Amino acid sequence: MADTLFIILAVLTVVSALLVVVNRNAVNAAMFLIVSLVGMAGLFVLLDAPMLAFVLLLVYAGAVVALFLFIIMLLDTTPGAQKPYSKVTLAASLLGAGLMIVGICTLSNRAVLPHAPEQVAVPTLKNYAEQLFTTYLLPVQVVGFMLLIAMLGVIVLSKKFETTEGAK
Amino acid sequence: MIPLLAAATYGLPSYLLLSAVLFAIGFFGVLLRKNTLVIYMCLELMLLASTLALVAFSRFNGTLDGSVFVFFVLTIAAAEVAVGLAIIVALFRQRHTIQVEELNHLKH
Repeated sequence: MADTLFIILAVLTVVSALLVVVNRNAVNAAMFLIVSLVGMAGLFVLLDAPMLAFVLLLVYAGAVVALFLFIIMLLDTTPGAQKPYSKVTLAASLLGAGLMIVGICTLSNRAVLPHAPEQVAVPTLKNYAEQLFTTYLLPVQVVGFMLLIAMLGVIVLSKKFETTEGAK
Repeated sequence: MIPLLAAATYGLPSYLLLSAVLFAIGFFGVLLRKNTLVIYMCLELMLLASTLALVAFSRFNGTLDGSVFVFFVLTIAAAEVAVGLAIIVALFRQRHTIQVEELNHLKH
């Protein structure tokens, strides 16, 4: 059952990620991003991390994509005629694709990766909390400050300051 | 809860492969698209692909550290999206466009 689920979720995630890139309309791209996120949350559940799946759906599908849609509709970007790609871009893309294929071949042929432990306890909220408040206490504080700074930065960035000429 | 992965044939390499493919899709999106907002979405896709690799490593090593790290990644990603979109809005106010090929004023 886990194999079938993995195939379904992997195909869902990859296809919708491709549609995010290919779609000409930014709103549709954001919608396909949500589908891709749902697929990835399913993969997280498959990897025995249901907590992270919930957090992913809440933070990304809830907040981030909503913010994206808000900005897309605020800026009203009509898809115009796209200029042809420059030669450098095409060369970089081809080089990147080639490197990725080489990497995937190496991974599937040569890599020696550990087998999954047969039974691993599914981490609960308690386990996460224990880690976050003991080993990772300092990073949690730092991330909290980081969020505060980001909030202040966004306020400063989006505020319209009166110029000195305007004040006169 | 019953672990779903107890008898699965798709192990760590499959998840890493999926993560690499997703990262590549995001990367090509960043390279090939011209709309700043779509480029930003592709960046998020790349971040999520690395997150998937972290969770897979965490699961197959039987530790919790990778998953805890994903918490931090998600938090920073949320803050980053807010700041980035504010920058894009400020840019749009100045230049009235968000197409990357028209945003070349530092070049001249």
